[in-house]
Amino acid sequence: MKNTNINQDRRRFLTTAATVVGGVGVAAAAVPFISNMNPSAKTKAIGAPVEVDISDIEPGGRLIAKWQGKPVWILRRTEEMLKDISSLNSDVSDPESDESAQPEYAKNEYRARKEEFLVVIGICTHLGCSPNFVLKEEGESISTDWKGGFFCPCHGSRFDLAGRVFKGVPAPRNLVIPPYKFISPTRLLIGDESEAV
Amino acid sequence: MNKPIKILCDLRDWVDARFPLMKIWNEHLAQYYCPKNFNFWYFFGSLALLVLVIQILTGIWLTMNYKPSADEAFASVEYIMRDVNWGWLIRYMHSTGASAFFIVIYLHMFRALLYGSYKKPRELLWLSGMAIYLLLMGEAFFGYLLPWGQMSYWGAQVIISLFGALPIIGDDLSLWIRGDFVVSDVTLNRFFSLHVIAFPLLILGLVGFHILSLHEVGSNNPDGIEIKKNKDAEGIPLDGIPFHPYYTVKDIVGAAVFLIFFFAVVFFAPEMKVPGTQGLFLESANFIQANPLQTPEHIAPVWYFTPFYAILRAVPSQLGGVIAMGLAVNLFLLLPWLDRSPVKSFRYRGRNYRIALALFVVSFLSLAWLGLQIVTPLYTWLARFFSVVYFSFFFLMPFYTASDRDKAVPNRVTD
Repeated sequence: MKNTNINQDRRRFLTTAATVVGGVGVAAAAVPFISNMNPSAKTKAIGAPVEVDISDIEPGGRLIAKWQGKPVWILRRTEEMLKDISSLNSDVSDPESDESAQPEYAKNEYRARKEEFLVVIGICTHLGCSPNFVLKEEGESISTDWKGGFFCPCHGSRFDLAGRVFKGVPAPRNLVIPPYKFISPTRLLIGDESEAV
Repeated sequence: MNKPIKILCDLRDWVDARFPLMKIWNEHLAQYYCPKNFNFWYFFGSLALLVLVIQILTGIWLTMNYKPSADEAFASVEYIMRDVNWGWLIRYMHSTGASAFFIVIYLHMFRALLYGSYKKPRELLWLSGMAIYLLLMGEAFFGYLLPWGQMSYWGAQVIISLFGALPIIGDDLSLWIRGDFVVSDVTLNRFFSLHVIAFPLLILGLVGFHILSLHEVGSNNPDGIEIKKNKDAEGIPLDGIPFHPYYTVKDIVGAAVFLIFFFAVVFFAPEMKVPGTQGLFLESANFIQANPLQTPEHIAPVWYFTPFYAILRAVPSQLGGVIAMGLAVNLFLLLPWLDRSPVKSFRYRGRNYRIALALFVVSFLSLAWLGLQIVTPLYTWLARFFSVVYFSFFFLMPFYTASDRDKAVPNRVTD
């Protein structure tokens, strides 16, 4: 079809303008659809703090609480366990927890507010499995000088009793310490660290 | 002509005057000319369609009784298995169908590697097939979460965490995929939506695209010769025979044999509990309800993902492993351009390609096996070795195919 009366410049301008405006419209329309899939207000609200009674944990024992749908381990460490942690500083890849996630008050040797209690999110920093708690005397299959800690069954990552990751395993960082505080000597509040009462 | 037949013919003509019925029939079946030398490897296209139909039918019926909520999903699957009439059959057909789909698709893809079916002019055909394969992986992944068993839960947790390993966007991306801070009811609900609506629609559309582009360029064959180069006076390929009735009948025989094997599995080994595995088609840990606080002792993906999973585990760095795994799946997309040989079929290709393809098959199967095993230092090193072989097949392809001593390709198909 040949028609010399067609204004090609005007046609090109209209086509380009329609494409650009239409493209912007499509992009704008995509926003609610994409945003729709992010956590809803209700989902966010479920992350409320959880109160845990820790009076029943025996020395060397562990309790599993649930916060934001994740397992939170509360481990009551013995003197011997604390000594073992100190002895592993050269075997873990981030002994000072400089690269790892924890509140300021847990960025210390034992990664805790109180040395006795380790409060840690029980999700491997590699690909999200929950490691197993393996005592010193049960760990022969993991390594000959196992001092007790956590072993991830999925990809073989190992952590010590302060949740610090050993060298040479796939997990890149230490286990995450959640915000928490003691509201009494036997009660713990996970997910809230505010000092004000 | 007797009367009922005449009525049917009149009806056909009535429709044909209003819709291109006979045109479609002729273009895609009665006058679609296929090379006359198709062999065993050419069953898998039509079998893939058959499995797709099985999955859609059984999926619709499963949806009638399944409940996509974290509280009810596990129990509703048990309900389907125990109380719904023939529910066990429908569910086992669907779960066996998932594995059958991947068996058929892997053989279908291997056929393309054997006979160079991805090469010009079939690049787009290959790309659309790969897109279907990628969607199928997504479809299988979403579907695996739905029973809400332990393996469902932790499998999804690990796979979504893979996206979390990406720099900068990782955390936000995995949060967006889950819709929650952990895999939860929210995640289950959206996976259900994607599994029963979004991905099946996309797959069906792409299958249509795949078949249309196949019929545009014409089928390749075991000799890798374009039959359109030799036509008779009427423009019909000399080495071609119409798809219907010749290959419809052949494919029906293939379907019958396939269904014998398929139902043997459905009836006698739906879990495919091969010794040394947790069950290849249905893993035993999935008979325990999802527990977000406890990972099963041994977790492994379903068999069709294990070659890529073995590559993920073989790489010592987290991000490196994710990238290697993504590459391993997606490198197939580049095959039409990595292959520099002018010859399509391995029958007429030189030693280089034949050896490379054999090594590739060995590495793929070895990685598949390794991905099912618990990690030991020896297995890790084996997985690293076979990963290198796997990637060499692709990255060295431009070199070994360009220097290959290909044989002369005949002008006409040979059998």
